[in-house]
Formats: sequence, structure tokens, C-alpha cells
Amino acid sequence: CNTSGEGARAVPLAGHVGFDSMPDQLVNKSVNHGFCFNILCVGETGLGKSTLMDTLFNTKFEGEPTQHNQPGVTLKSNTYELQESNVRLKLTVVNTVGFGDQINKEDSYKSIVEFIDAQFEAYLQEELKIKRTLHSYHDTRIHACLYFIAPTGHSLKSLDLVTMKKLDSKVNIIPIVAKSDAISKSELAKFKIKITSELVSNGVQIYQFPTDDESVAEINSTMNSHLPFAVVGSTEEVKIGNKMVKARQYPWGTVQVENENHCDFVKLREMLIRVNMEDLREQTHTRHYELYRRCKLEEMGFKDTDPDSKPFSLQETYEAKRNEFMGELQKKEEEMRQMFVQRVKEKEAELKEAEKELHEKFDRLKKLHQDEKKKLEDKKKSLDDELNMFKQKKTAAELLQNQAQQAGGSTTLKRDKERKK
Amino acid sequence: MSTGEVLVSKADGNGGIMALQKNLEGYVGFANLPNQVYRKSVKRGFEFTLMVVGESGLGKSTLINSLFLTDLYSPEYPGPSHRIKKTVQVEQSKVLVKEGGVHLLLTIVDTPGFGDAVDNSNCWQPVIDYIDSKFEDYLNAESRVNRRLMPDSRVQCCLYFIAPSGHGLKPLDIEFMKRLHEKVNIIPLIAKADTMTPEECQQFKKQIMKEIQEHKIKIYEFPETDDEEEMKMVRKIKDRLPLAVVGSNTIIEVNGKRVRGRQYPWGVAEVENGEHCDFTILRNMLIRTHMQDLKDVTNNVHYENYRSRKLAAVNYNGVDNNKNKGQLTKSPLAQMDEERRDHVSKMKKMEQEMEQVFEMKVKEKLQKLRDSEVELQRRHEQMKKNLEAQHRELEEKRRHHEEEKASWEAQQRILEQQKLDASRTLEKNKKKKIF
Repeated sequence: CNTSGEGARAVPLAGHVGFDSMPDQLVNKSVNHGFCFNILCVGETGLGKSTLMDTLFNTKFEGEPTQHNQPGVTLKSNTYELQESNVRLKLTVVNTVGFGDQINKEDSYKSIVEFIDAQFEAYLQEELKIKRTLHSYHDTRIHACLYFIAPTGHSLKSLDLVTMKKLDSKVNIIPIVAKSDAISKSELAKFKIKITSELVSNGVQIYQFPTDDESVAEINSTMNSHLPFAVVGSTEEVKIGNKMVKARQYPWGTVQVENENHCDFVKLREMLIRVNMEDLREQTHTRHYELYRRCKLEEMGFKDTDPDSKPFSLQETYEAKRNEFMGELQKKEEEMRQMFVQRVKEKEAELKEAEKELHEKFDRLKKLHQDEKKKLEDKKKSLDDELNMFKQKKTAAELLQNQAQQAGGSTTLKRDKERKK
Repeated sequence: MSTGEVLVSKADGNGGIMALQKNLEGYVGFANLPNQVYRKSVKRGFEFTLMVVGESGLGKSTLINSLFLTDLYSPEYPGPSHRIKKTVQVEQSKVLVKEGGVHLLLTIVDTPGFGDAVDNSNCWQPVIDYIDSKFEDYLNAESRVNRRLMPDSRVQCCLYFIAPSGHGLKPLDIEFMKRLHEKVNIIPLIAKADTMTPEECQQFKKQIMKEIQEHKIKIYEFPETDDEEEMKMVRKIKDRLPLAVVGSNTIIEVNGKRVRGRQYPWGVAEVENGEHCDFTILRNMLIRTHMQDLKDVTNNVHYENYRSRKLAAVNYNGVDNNKNKGQLTKSPLAQMDEERRDHVSKMKKMEQEMEQVFEMKVKEKLQKLRDSEVELQRRHEQMKKNLEAQHRELEEKRRHHEEEKASWEAQQRILEQQKLDASRTLEKNKKKKIF
């Protein structure tokens, strides 16, 4: 809704028209619909987070105290239906269990950031659906983060600074000094100044109560100067005078929760619930959620076209994005195929090389063999020649012998004949 | 202490978050939330876009001026009826009005030329186009990455003027309403109601409502409330639909009172007199009680219809249209995410398959290579053996030959010796004989 009224001229009314009932119409609809508010309590174990919630909302939220035996930081969320006159409030209280209990606290903030982002993501997904029901969506985004600071009286712990720095762009941070009845008034004043200066010097953006609306500007700016609120929580009642009041009883006196001289509880309640609850919701939606959404969409590659090209068209952007996306997928597929083709080529070349080598080897062997065979052939031939020569010699010799025998034979015959005579 | 803790499980739009009901032991202060909302809304200011549709001369401009008690159309800013149009135009005038600390940016959208031509086919098209273009502007603004101020110029109510013929709806009326009832809140009005007697008016109204039901036209419906008083009022309004109105720019004195009205020789028809016409009912309903609801219905129903239709078309561009309709609940981004995941697994599978085929082929090839190596080796061995056998044969032959030769030569030597001996003996004998 924006009444910048560009191009509009103001016209006077000649009587009572009746649109001054618009705020009432709007309010009636909101009341009928019901409200919802989500608080996140971050702080070390034992700082009285649950007690403070009970005190703020005048009720006992949890049945029994939470188990602190999980490693790491876990977030426990509980939703409650509250009603005050005709106003229905769906309140969700999220507690950090185990925060600050670890030896190595470097990752403590991570589960908190993840939780906050998850709520933004759920809303974003709903907002982007084609058929959506935003009107009846139960908003789980964290509207306020109460950051509990331990009442050491010295300065912020580095865990606190690191965590708040990680959270300040995601949620409205309201820092409070817990169990402040452990600090004296003068120490408290110094402590608050120290905390504020450390926050400023570290660039931590905490929630500022808005001063743009004249009706609440004054009280809000006064309260801003009292931050961080030093609170005490208690659900026990003590009789003071003739009234029962919420208090903590010590031997040396009674700390009254709702006594503004004793602590800032009333201020916290005033600011958080009675004056700025709606602003906290609005800031969460228009600032923190928009930042998350913008980053998420940019991460996915969406962007608004620049001023000199065509005006933004959702359809075209989605189509372009989709085409780009499909192209990307196809490219990936193609790359993989190409890689395989390359591998196949290489392997083939390898194998061919091996094959070639093998054939060469055997060609060489074959040649050797051929040489051997030739040598053998030569030897055979020379042997055959020898055999032939020998045969010839033998034949010639036998011939001679036969001739000699024939001659000798006849001589022997003659001799024998003579002997016989 | 707190009692009465009841476990209430509300099935919300986002899947049933369990909520525990708690009683409060004292004033917390969130009952002040409505005041905070009130304060912020006044600071923000309001806006409203009202469209008037009807033939010329039905007193549309006059009615607007009467409704808002101002001269929206004046000599400096003449109303559309004073300008002659050949085709249907859609024009908007923006005015800023203030009352009781509440700022309202009022946009009046006029459709001069509507129904004035001889052939009025498609004269509703410019109106539809205008409404859709405002939806589109809003959709684009809502979908930007960087969204800042989102001016809302969507048409939140359409006053449709029916000519007081006394018979029934004209075909043009029916056609128009059928085409627009799912895009905008239509409030049909009987114009220039001072031309009919109450009985004629009553008859006319009944006829119109009958025809509206027959044609299944969805005109703006007043929401049900739990409040008994409010429901009584709502029922009273419903009985008098469609509202018969009279408008006037002139103030006349009647019985000492200054009223807006139309002066006739026979009397004055007072605009704000409930017995003369339904103007007051219209004004109260449109401005004083249901303006916010008109905006909400436009935002939650008409705009959402437009948006889901528009985005569904985008989503299915190039995608298999046989996908089941359940896809409509997913955002295009989520769908792309899912497609990406599907693609990753598809690629993995493809990679595995290709890897398998590759391995198998390599194994085959290597096996072949090995086989051929074995074969060649075998052949080589065989040839070697062959050759060796031949060598041995040759050796054997040679040895044999050598033996033979040696023995023959030995024989020859013996024979030679014998021959020598024989010839010596012969010589000896010969010598003996001589003596």
C-alpha cells in the first residue's frame, strides 16, 4: 500500500464520505484473522530465558525444564494460543538449548542461523508456489530475537559478539542483560555503556524502536537510550504491602520485577509487546525477509533487467532462466559424452600401438626363421653334393674292381688250371 | 495457577503446527496489537481503485461525484461523458482525499464508449486487457529480485451500470459480466432509478437477479460474519440487490434541509433518501464497511487466479504436458531444482553405463590381442621345432654318410692291400718258376 500520490490531485470533500473507517475495517479483519508472533531466545544455559518468557506472558510455558544433554546447539520451538480480550495471538517461543556449553564454540551460531534461514525459506517457497495460500499461511519467521547477555559486569563475551554479528542482518536483535539482580546499579550503568560501545565498534546492528511515527516517537527514542534492558524474571509472588507482586526474595531484600527502579522488565514488556510488536513483524517482513529473498534469488541467477532494456517481465525471465538451465544440462551431457569419446580414442590408439608392436616382433622372428631355413637349405645342398660325389667315386671304384677282378680272375683260373695238370 | 490447558491442533495452511492453549494470569498487553495496526495503517495511507462501466448517459460520473462528495469531474477535468469517443477507451483519474486523518488515494477507472457503438462486439476487450495489465504489473513488481514499494493499481471493484429499461438484462450486460466476473468484483447497479416506480423497480430487480443466477454470473458476495448485527445488515443488502441508484451534483433545499437531489416539477428525488433509492446502502457498503473486503477478495482470489494461470503457462513451456496436475503446487524454482536433481542422477547412470561399455570393449580388445599373441607364438614355436627336426635329420644323414664313407674307404684300403699282396705273391712265384 503506497500513497505516494504521483499524478494525483488533492480534492476537497463536501461532506462526510466515510472512508475514515478504513483503518477500523482493516483492524477488524486482522482481529478476526488472529495474530502471530515468533520470539527467539538466544543465550547460555542458566540465564533465565524460560523464566523471562513466563514472566512476560504471565503464564507457565514449559512443563519441565529442557534436557541439556545434546551435543551442539539445538533449537526447540513451541507454539501457544493466547487470548486477551478479543485478540487471539499465536505465539511461538524458540529456545536455544546448549548454547555456550561447548568447549569449541566456533560453530555455535550456525544452527541458529540455519533455523532462521529455514523459516525464511519456507515462506519463500510458499510465496513462489503456483497455487499458493499466503493468506492462511502460518508465518514462522522469527520476529524478535532476545539476546541474553550474562551479567558479568565487564564486557560482552566474544561468543556474544560473533553470534550477534551473524544474526543482525537476519533478525531484529534486542539485547538484554539477564539476571540483572546480580549487578549493582552503578556497575550496571557502566556495563550498559560498555556493551553499547562494543556493539557499535563491532558494527552490530541491533533493533531500534522506530521514531518515525509521532504518536510513539518520544517513548521509543527514550527507550532506545535504555538499551540493553537489564531484566529480572520471576513467576514467584511475594506480598509487598497489601499486594502480591512478582518478585525474587533475598535475605537482604526483595527484587520486584515490575518495579522500574529495580529493573527494566516493564520497559521490555512495554516496547516488545505493547508498542512495537507490529513494527517488529513489519521489519522482519520488509527488511530481513526481503534481504534473504534477494540473496537467494540472486544466488539462483535471477536478476532484474537493467534500465535500458525491456522492463521486467516475469514470464520472460522464467523462460530465459529455464532455457539457460536446459542448455546447461545439455552442455553437461555433451561434455561427458565428449570425454568418453576422447577416452575411447586414446585407448584405441594405445591398443593399436600394442598390436603393431606385436606384429613387428613376430615379423622379426619370422625373418630370423627364414634366414635359418636358408642356411639349412644350403647345408642340405652341400651334403647332397657330397653324397653324389661319393656315389660317383664308389661307382667308379667298383667298376675298376670289377674289371680287375675279371682280369685277375682269368689269371687265377689259368693258375688253377696249371696246378691241376 | 494456570489451569485449563487444552491441546489444540490447528490444521493451518502449512501443515498443522500444534499449538497449546494457555491462559494468562494477568494483563500482558498484546491486546494493544490492533491499535498498533491501526496506527501503522493510518501512517501508510490507503488506496482504492474503482472502475465504472456502462453506456453513456447513465449518470456514472454524477454517481461518483455523489459517492465521494466531491467534484471528481469538473469543468477543468471533464468526465468521459463529455468527450466523444469512437472506440472504447479505458481512462483513469487519480485523486487524493483526506478525512479524519485518513488519506485515501482514489483511482477511478472510466470506460467511455462502452456499449455506445452500433456493433458492440468485443467492447469488453479493452476492459479485460486493462484489468489484466494491472494484474501483470503487480505480478512483475512482486516477482522482482529487488522489490521496493509496490504500488497497487489493481482494479478492486467494478460498478456495472444497467440501463433502467424495466425489462431485464441486455445481451451486452450478460456478456460483459460473464467475461469479467472472475477477474474483478462486480457490483451491478440500476442507474437512474428515479425513472421507475418502486413496484417497477422491484420487478426489474427480481428479473435481473433471476437472469444473473441463470447465467451463473458471480457478482460480489458479501462475506459471512459471526456478528449477528452485521449479518442482519448483510441480509438486508442482499435482498435489495441489485442496488438502484440516483446521483446528483446539485444541492437542493427540501423542508429546510440542504440535500443532494434531482428537482422535478412534481418533487425532488433525494439521493440520500433510503425510500427514494439505494444510494445510501451503496455508499455505506462500498466505502464504510466493505472497502477492505473488496481489496482482500481482489488480492486473495482474483489476483491469485490470474497469477496461477500465468505461471502455469510459463512452467509448462517446453515441458511434457502429460505431467500430472499436482505439479501446480510447486514453484517454478522448486521444479527446476527437482529437474536438476533428476538430471544429476540421469547423468550418473549414463556415466556408469558408458563406463561399463568402455570396460567391456577394452577387455574384448585386450583379449583379442592376447589371443593373437598366443597364436603367433605357437606358430613360431612350431616352425622352430620343424626347423630343428630338419636339422637333426640332416645331421643324421651326414653322420650316416660319414660312416658309410669311412667304412667303404676302409674296405677300399683292404682291397688295395689285398691287391698289392696278390701281385707281390705273383711276382714271387714268377721268380721261383724261373729257377
